Amino acid sequence: MIVTTSWYLVLGALLFIIGGVGLLVRRNPLIMLMCVELMLNGVNLSFVAFSKALGDIGGQTVVFFVLVVAAAEVVVGLGLIVAILRRAPGSTADDLSVLKG
Amino acid sequence: MVDTIVFLVAAAICLTGALGVILARNPVHSALMLVMTLFGIAVQFVSQEAHFLAAVQVIVYAGAIVVLFLFVIMLLGVDTAQNLEIGALPAQKWAALCFGVGSLALTGYIILAVDNPVTGRPGMGGAIDETANVRLLARSLFSNYVYAFELTSLLLVIAVIGAVVLARKPVKQLPEEAGR
Repeated sequence: MIVTTSWYLVLGALLFIIGGVGLLVRRNPLIMLMCVELMLNGVNLSFVAFSKALGDIGGQTVVFFVLVVAAAEVVVGLGLIVAILRRAPGSTADDLSVLKG
Repeated sequence: MVDTIVFLVAAAICLTGALGVILARNPVHSALMLVMTLFGIAVQFVSQEAHFLAAVQVIVYAGAIVVLFLFVIMLLGVDTAQNLEIGALPAQKWAALCFGVGSLALTGYIILAVDNPVTGRPGMGGAIDETANVRLLARSLFSNYVYAFELTSLLLVIAVIGAVVLARKPVKQLPEEAGR
């Protein structure tokens, strides 16, 4: 059996699905951020697979930018979570619905 | 043959870690399972000759992001086990079920229907030479995408300042605030 591009795409899709389902069923904001990371990684895998299949370095460049944006997102998200949990310890994503006013 | 074995082992590691992230009750276990998935992805990157990205994946994700997660978990003391069942909105569960089953069905359909997903159009960003991955990536990054690269530096500065402002403890309260 030869590993084709489709295999990588399917693996990326599975990671994206698992991350999305986790984002919907878990309520701990930290776990939800981790699920977002899973989804980003699934997409990254697809980008690299297409980059290899098409012989184009642009896909890997996009993955580089996705890494940077993911790092920034995690930093700001964790800052927000720290600020929220310091005021209301043990709060979950459902409890944050008070923010809608 | 070796490629297939490497792919299957790394894919098993990725999927096990991903399922562990969403099924573990303890956030610390979730974070460690996330490291497992990220290492599996790094192996897949190496097997697709994206060596620089594999190194960055391990350094940035496993070395920085997950450590940040663990740091926050320990700092806030939320590393207690959680019940997965309590209180989730019923509509949200159905949405998750629909999303998961629908996406899986779509993936299966694509596997069956599409033989070769690659269109065969030539790339625009420069061809890949397997021996010079870093050089090609750097050339692409600093020529075609140089403005985006500069903007990411701005984004990182904004993120750092924002994190410092958000996570800082209020030094002292204003008099009228303290009186309430």
